Amino acid sequence: MRFQLTDEQKALRAVVRDVIGRSSAAGVWGLVAQFPAPLIDRGFWRALGELGVFSLRLPEVDGGAGLGLPEAVLVFEELGWALVPGPLVATHLAAGVVPGAATGETVVAAADGSLVEWLDEADVVLPGAEGAVALRSVDPLTPLHRVPAPGRTDPVAVLLTAAEQLGTAARVCELAVQHARTREQFGQAIGGFQAVKHLCAQSLVRVEVARAAVYAAAVTGDVVDIAAARVLADEAAVRGARDCLQVHGGMGFTWESEVHLHLKRAWVRARRGGGNTESEELLAADLLAGVAWRGACLR
Amino acid sequence: MDLSYTAQEDEFRARLREWLGKVLPTLPVKPSPDDWPGRRAYDLGWQRMLYDAGYADVHWDASPTTRLIFLEETEKAGAPYVGANFVGLLHAGPTIAAEGTPEQRERWLPPVLRGDEVWCQGFSEPDAGSDLAALRTRAWRDGDDYVVTGSKIWTSHAEVADWCELLVRTDADAPKHRGISWLAMPMSAAGITVRPLRTLAGSAEFAEVFLDEVRVPVGNRVGDENDGWRVTMVTLSFERGTAFVGEVVACRRVLGELAVEARRNGRWDDPVLRRQLGRLNAEFRALWRLTQWNVSEAEASGGVPGVGGSVFKLRYSHARQELYDAAADVLGPDSLDLERAWVLDRLSSLSYTIAAGTSQIQQNIVAERILGLPKGR
Repeated sequence: MRFQLTDEQKALRAVVRDVIGRSSAAGVWGLVAQFPAPLIDRGFWRALGELGVFSLRLPEVDGGAGLGLPEAVLVFEELGWALVPGPLVATHLAAGVVPGAATGETVVAAADGSLVEWLDEADVVLPGAEGAVALRSVDPLTPLHRVPAPGRTDPVAVLLTAAEQLGTAARVCELAVQHARTREQFGQAIGGFQAVKHLCAQSLVRVEVARAAVYAAAVTGDVVDIAAARVLADEAAVRGARDCLQVHGGMGFTWESEVHLHLKRAWVRARRGGGNTESEELLAADLLAGVAWRGACLR
Repeated sequence: MDLSYTAQEDEFRARLREWLGKVLPTLPVKPSPDDWPGRRAYDLGWQRMLYDAGYADVHWDASPTTRLIFLEETEKAGAPYVGANFVGLLHAGPTIAAEGTPEQRERWLPPVLRGDEVWCQGFSEPDAGSDLAALRTRAWRDGDDYVVTGSKIWTSHAEVADWCELLVRTDADAPKHRGISWLAMPMSAAGITVRPLRTLAGSAEFAEVFLDEVRVPVGNRVGDENDGWRVTMVTLSFERGTAFVGEVVACRRVLGELAVEARRNGRWDDPVLRRQLGRLNAEFRALWRLTQWNVSEAEASGGVPGVGGSVFKLRYSHARQELYDAAADVLGPDSLDLERAWVLDRLSSLSYTIAAGTSQIQQNIVAERILGLPKGR
């Protein structure tokens, strides 16, 4: 058993980190400045397309990289980490279906639960957005519309959302630790105080548990594993961002700290597919089906 | 990333399964929890069966994945736990294997593997719990012996042990971590008094051990004099490796049983409880995956368990308590009846966030050794 990243997977992650790290760091704050009507940077979207963010699971004959869910999950974790805006999951799922989605020429939004992200900026909306009403979105980086008829949620969309949440969880843990190491009060770094240190430790524990669940779900592609990944990644992202904000103290409550952007994005993603009720019910039903037990025997 | 096993690993699993199917029906009846000599005999008998079948050293020499498979399969088959062999196989044994002289390894390891001798652990003291290095049990040199006086606490199997892995202070003037030595103390020596301690679950699962001028040969010291703290850390890292594999498997089984019982008694119709059970399903699935992740990591790094064990223990100990709290919700008023399944387990789950490093100490370890936060108080 080798449940670890392969060298190729590590290399892929490094490339993605490099490209989006360089392109999006400044971009995020430019976008926040456009609040409440942020625009998608089409050049950056095409750059994501070139990087293979949307096409990587398509067969090579169709212009993809022929990679699988594990690689997609690693890429979406990085996108989440870097707070990359836009309907990333919807466009990824539309690759090979909607012309131009794979290459980043087309921006595709999708009704997910009763919400649509980035409707006004999208070239195509799946399955449609009849009767959509704009919300004043809590997340300055994700414009939202409500739609009357809830859309169906693809398990792959749930998994990739969990991967983004994992990225957020890892990022806010890092931000909390950085702050705890450098901020001094009472003559010492606050990370030396157990009350602060333990918040950081708990944050890391949630990240590592969510990581194991998300990566395993990507390997098995099993819907119950995906539901578990979703529940744990939501928790890791939302609780992690809350604790990160707490560790930052008053600065964490300001607009110019990036902490709130992570928390708000985590909240938006946690609502996808109508929240995690369905995942919890699926996990509960699985207990009676006995599938958990047989599944554990096989793997 | 791969969750599949090699052909060799699959073959090991199949052989083990077949063997378990053959031998488990031949086991004697399990002794009652209060019957310590009976428990000793039962646990040693099981170890002897493992030895004869070639599985005795699976905790020591096998690859981490093989160990994972062994623990998973024995739990699923309902095989006996490591029981009285715990300290010998998972604490003292690995320490002696890593730090002992060839003569010491030859003296102590084969009897552990064969199921001939039982070890207990004399580490904690009434005034040295989380701050283990503050231990005060003193050992003075007198010729070829150490003379040991002090007291130890939380010692499991003390009543039936042949040996005790003992931490003693051999230099009271040195900084606290540098004045400790590791001794193998024969439990038959004069001056040892064992007083059983009753836990909140009602049973005497461990004991206090009082030492009054107990003579221990200098040749029973493993590692250098005053180097016992480092020697001990070797032991503790073993404890935090694959220690909970069988338990996670067992928790997943209990969770399934809880769901069945909730459906039977109607509690399943409560969406809050049902979704809580769903969340616990996610929790234990993830803990199983984290185990596989940690084992794969240990495999890649040559078999040494890392601080990942602390991350795992923090989450697992909490999840186990949540599991049995959920069991109480399923049982309703019956959760107050000690005769009902899961009620005693709920009580014993309370020790998990305390034993083998409290959650607070584990969080310090994670924060300082993984996240690099400053040490502080």
